[in-house]
Amino acid sequence: MNAQQLYDMMKKVQEAKGYFFNTDRERVMELLESLLLNKQRYGYMGCPCRLLSGNRDQDRDIICPCVYSVPDIAEFGSCYCNLYVSKEWNEGKIPRDYVPERRPPEKMPF
Amino acid sequence: MSEPDTKTPPDGKNQPDVTIYSLSTCSHCKATKKFLGECTIKYEFIDVDLLEGDERKAIIEDVKKFNPRCSFPTVIIGDKVIVGYKEQEIKEALGLK
Repeated sequence: MNAQQLYDMMKKVQEAKGYFFNTDRERVMELLESLLLNKQRYGYMGCPCRLLSGNRDQDRDIICPCVYSVPDIAEFGSCYCNLYVSKEWNEGKIPRDYVPERRPPEKMPF
Repeated sequence: MSEPDTKTPPDGKNQPDVTIYSLSTCSHCKATKKFLGECTIKYEFIDVDLLEGDERKAIIEDVKKFNPRCSFPTVIIGDKVIVGYKEQEIKEALGLK
């Protein structure tokens, strides 16, 4: 699978849930490439913006789209990576604040 | 890291030491590196996801000293720690307008 195929597949699934890819196409394709790279490296598409442990079970909460993307998009209009965003975020109707890390420190195996 | 607080970049102005603890895959880390490059700021970076074994453990411990949540990028500018790609804070720490 290449980044474009991943884009097309996820677009369908995520838009049905009301989540959209960031309209910054270059950034999105870069992140999708990183997801595919992580899949190759670790065997799962772990979040490109977080340090992965290499253990799928340990990182289950940060397999993209991560469990934190739902509350992050609800609160900030964007996931931690600015990959998935709300319609309003894309339209510039809400401020594009930096999304802080929501993953609890105790989940991090480091 | 053992050098004095300031370096003299080509333009002759002093700048604090800048180190980015980053991930090779992270969009905010890439944006931070790009931004500093555009500002012609000299920086060092360490892509923590590309490290292995003891070196990785040691660097993670370093990151946690600056940023206990160990999130990326963690940007060290002189004695200031900036977590995340925060352009305004980075500019202020560098004394840029």
